[in-house]
Amino acid sequence: MDIYLLEAIINGILLGGVLALLALGLNLIFGVIDVVWISYADIVMCGMYGVYFLYAQYNVPLPLACLIAIFGAACLGILVHKLIIAPVLGAPPLNQLLATGGLLFFLQSFATLLFGTDFRNIGVRLPVLEVATMYVSFARLIAFGVALVGAVALYFFLKKTYLGTAIRAIAQDREIVGLMGIDQRRLYLVVSAIGGALAGLAACLLALQYDVHPFIGNTFGPVIFIICVLGGLGNMLGGFFASFIISLIIAIGGYYSSTELSYVLAFSFFIVLMFIRPRGLFTP
Amino acid sequence: MSTTRILMLIGAAILIALPAFAPAYFLHLLIQILIWAFIYTAWSLMGRFGFVSFGHGAFMGLGAYIPALLWTFWGVTPWLGIPLAVAAAILLAVIVGYPCFARRVVGHYFALVTLALSQVVLLSLTAARDVTGGSLGFTQKAVGHSWYALQFPEKGYFYGIAVLLWLVGLLVWQRIDRGISREALEAIGEDEDAAAAVGINVMREKMRVTIISAALTALGGAIYGQYFMYLNPETVSGITVSLQIVFAAIAGGVYSMFGPSVGALLTLALTEGLRVWFGTEFIGAANTIYGILLVLCIIFMPQGVVGALQGLKLKRTPSGRPAERQTVIS
Repeated sequence: MDIYLLEAIINGILLGGVLALLALGLNLIFGVIDVVWISYADIVMCGMYGVYFLYAQYNVPLPLACLIAIFGAACLGILVHKLIIAPVLGAPPLNQLLATGGLLFFLQSFATLLFGTDFRNIGVRLPVLEVATMYVSFARLIAFGVALVGAVALYFFLKKTYLGTAIRAIAQDREIVGLMGIDQRRLYLVVSAIGGALAGLAACLLALQYDVHPFIGNTFGPVIFIICVLGGLGNMLGGFFASFIISLIIAIGGYYSSTELSYVLAFSFFIVLMFIRPRGLFTP
Repeated sequence: MSTTRILMLIGAAILIALPAFAPAYFLHLLIQILIWAFIYTAWSLMGRFGFVSFGHGAFMGLGAYIPALLWTFWGVTPWLGIPLAVAAAILLAVIVGYPCFARRVVGHYFALVTLALSQVVLLSLTAARDVTGGSLGFTQKAVGHSWYALQFPEKGYFYGIAVLLWLVGLLVWQRIDRGISREALEAIGEDEDAAAAVGINVMREKMRVTIISAALTALGGAIYGQYFMYLNPETVSGITVSLQIVFAAIAGGVYSMFGPSVGALLTLALTEGLRVWFGTEFIGAANTIYGILLVLCIIFMPQGVVGALQGLKLKRTPSGRPAERQTVIS
């Protein structure tokens, strides 16, 4: 096999890890609250700016900067729920979609207002590993590892803790959960915070690899949605696998043509698959 | 003569007389408002029945780019290029719409499939940077005043074209609104199975309104391209434009004929006003406020400005018909 193709495939799998993290967050929110956050990728953008300013401007050590960014993103998640989602919970689904779409406009423009449209890099130069004449970025390797650990941690949280069980229960049956003595509104806040924190974690990992600018959410956002829909909205395991399918398409497509065309390929693949399996790849 | 008719006549007179005394800047704004009003109306043809498409950026992108590229690189007149663009949009609508409707891709899923579609067109336009200039955009070959190239440096001509376009949009809206299709589409929007059970050809009705909507959007994009001459993938296609269309239409109100036009007027007046107010010093300030207003509008006025006004009027007269539908979609 072509060594460069193999390199592209490895990088694709590594990118898939971070996308999987975001897909998990979005799916968790959808599964429990039944709302799609169109602006989810823009929360990642906020987190990236957080890391950038803390680390590159105010010289906070990187791990601490990341922790603060994750915490900040979790708070942002709660804020989004309180201010925007809660008032439209009873509204038709598309109004909810549009409300978070308005948030997308707001976050992108507000970031432009505050920080300008410059591309900013946190300036961490991690070594590039050479494995059997292939080059693998260390930053991506870390991102992949941390994303996997995050996903596994989320899994155990949902399976083993009381709160996690309650979250899974509410995703299965909204009506009954209230009767079991579980406070829905509190759970919604917890889930929003977890969703925000996952976005914050992804932001830390992406800040190592990409420049941050106000519209970076537009690069990831649509990809995350198609991953979630492909895996079946709310289906976490499906979303997890779909992340790797899509990131591999993007990586391999990028190897044979340009980056844009590889995304075109991924989106087209998604559209065609929706016709074959309208409820997602893993939903019969 | 009824008061509505008199009001309409006065409105028409003002529209005709405007270019004679309005300053060029004002006319420039009006042309934009009319073109966008047309596109928003085209979107609402589908949107009002709950078929919320995030893919109209794709149709607009095709409409804007095809005639512009044909003219600039091969000298093909827009009189041929525009019909070709509309045909391409119809083809795309059929290719994506038919399987969508056949496989019952609805609601969230429909919105996100069409979102992917608008990204496909955006990225394809960007990727073909050898001809389109990629994300830097490109400017059409200018030849000055020419009917053949459909280029007019004087604003008056495009004002006339934009008014005509807008009227065509309203006419199409009215035809569908008064036809039997409207009842059928409303039934489909509420419950597809029930609609099919009472003998409505669900597929035919949905395809028809989708094709009309896509074709008109492409036409609007083509006129937009002819007027501005400069095209950029980000300003005529992709998720941003698709969301802009959806928002403005819903902010104005998708259930009445003038709703989307009011949406165009309000959003452009707002962004332009904010832009002038803040100047170039605070890039993003205008859109920040715009974003906040959008969220507030969706939360507190989901039926749009026109819908809210009608709701008020109905409340005052108890004998009046109840507002037909208060929500955007179920």
